[in-house]
Amino acid sequence: MSQFTRRKFIKAAAAGAAASAASSVILGCTAAPEARKPVGRVIVIGGGYGGATASKYLRMWSEGTIEVFMIERSTEFVSCPISNLVLGGSKQMGDITRGYAGLRGYGVQVIRDEVTGINVEKKRVGLKRIEDLPFDRLIVSPGVDFMHDQIEGYNTEAQKTLLHAWKAGPETTALRQQLETMRDGGVYILSIPKAPYRCPPGPYERACQVAWYFKQAKPRSKVLVLDANEDVVSKGPLFKAAWRDLYGGIVDYRNNNDVKAVDAHAMTVKTDFDTIKGDVLNVLPPMRAGDVARTAGLVTANNRWCGVDWLTLESLAHKGIHVLGDSTLSAPAMPKSGHMANQHGKIAAAAIIEIMNGRQPNPQPVITNTCYSFVSDKEGIHVASVHRYDAGQKTLLAVPGSGGVSSGRSEIEGGYGWAWGQNIWADMLG
Amino acid sequence: MIRLLLAAVLLAGAALALPALAQGADPSFERNLAAACANCHGTNGVSQQGMPNLAGQQRTYLVQQMKDFRSGARPATLMHQISKGYTDEQIEALAAFFAAQKAK
Repeated sequence: MSQFTRRKFIKAAAAGAAASAASSVILGCTAAPEARKPVGRVIVIGGGYGGATASKYLRMWSEGTIEVFMIERSTEFVSCPISNLVLGGSKQMGDITRGYAGLRGYGVQVIRDEVTGINVEKKRVGLKRIEDLPFDRLIVSPGVDFMHDQIEGYNTEAQKTLLHAWKAGPETTALRQQLETMRDGGVYILSIPKAPYRCPPGPYERACQVAWYFKQAKPRSKVLVLDANEDVVSKGPLFKAAWRDLYGGIVDYRNNNDVKAVDAHAMTVKTDFDTIKGDVLNVLPPMRAGDVARTAGLVTANNRWCGVDWLTLESLAHKGIHVLGDSTLSAPAMPKSGHMANQHGKIAAAAIIEIMNGRQPNPQPVITNTCYSFVSDKEGIHVASVHRYDAGQKTLLAVPGSGGVSSGRSEIEGGYGWAWGQNIWADMLG
Repeated sequence: MIRLLLAAVLLAGAALALPALAQGADPSFERNLAAACANCHGTNGVSQQGMPNLAGQQRTYLVQQMKDFRSGARPATLMHQISKGYTDEQIEALAAFFAAQKAK
């Protein structure tokens, strides 16, 4: 360890210790800190909906007896849900950005770093800036990464101008700028890969938000949606009603249109049927589990997703390693959503606490999903479901008779959608 | 936390057949179930804004609301769909948990 990295490490460790001391006050624990026996260390890779939730709940529910290191490469959390409203212009990046200070208050040692590798046998996580760290159990919650190579011409050069903006952050800002500089009368093309991909209703919400912007600022422009799927994957009738009622003449939706190639110079996309020219090309590549999960050997299905035990979120490939969120091979009817990742985080946190204390994990978890989508700046729609563990099938299944979608779009549900964001961000970040 | 849970069990036990014990006395049963509500209603039912606060509500009131959502007696945008995913026993456990939380 060099002097530089050692100093960094000591600084990070000291900050963590201070946060741990503070946490006993915040948690209101009655036992003196020295009376609480530490039971081990969990490292969490990724500070998104899954990882941040797991980190907070591990600290809160273990009453500080489990040491938690959360590795995150960004300084702040930027939410994918609601980021489409930044593209539409009714929200700003600041509205969807939150800090990690609250997690530190719970005693989570938030480390800004990048994982270079996971040694599953030695139980250590390699890091770019500081010395590698040992763990007793590991949580891997990296979200998705993108299979650009599945689309001809979508090379690193093309990726400078053709954006997916399917991870909120700099690409969200850059895509918004492309939309702002586009001429009135231009064509924005949004292409959607075959399911499963992150956030099933997300692309259709994006079509609405860009159309909303065009309607205000560039009314002669078009939104062309090229969907590789047979039909709108989520909330179909509600989105189609919005396109018809609110954005007639702007949104052109085409199903069974799988984009196979792109040309960043000619600004065209190619399907089985056509080569189509656009002014802004927003091409979503097929997705798979985050790279860090892949390189650790956690991918078990279709070379893309990580199979897990749904009672614990423990990897089917490696004991002691838990995978959360979009990287998992989804249970039946379970969407890849931030809401679901939050729920995964809680199942995993509860299970890890039981396991590390030599007890059995909860045999009957019940979780919910709620996805709000905005069809304009104010009107929202939702899809909701409840899932419970089925011991016979060893997976989480939707409870028969539960769940459903909105009866129609409304400003009331738009308000709930915004409130959902405030509450879930507080729930995951403290 | 343990004290709160014990209080919840004792309170609930005074009026009904101890839902927590019916589940094999898992002390985390209520807590784990209730965590699924926190995404929208806030951690431990303490809402930030725009969603009903569940923490510190009366247990009988919470049970009635869930059952009314389920039957359709209380109209809803979404909760009628969520409430149908829970059994009577689970609703009792959720209500006992949230009733025992401190409102802020």
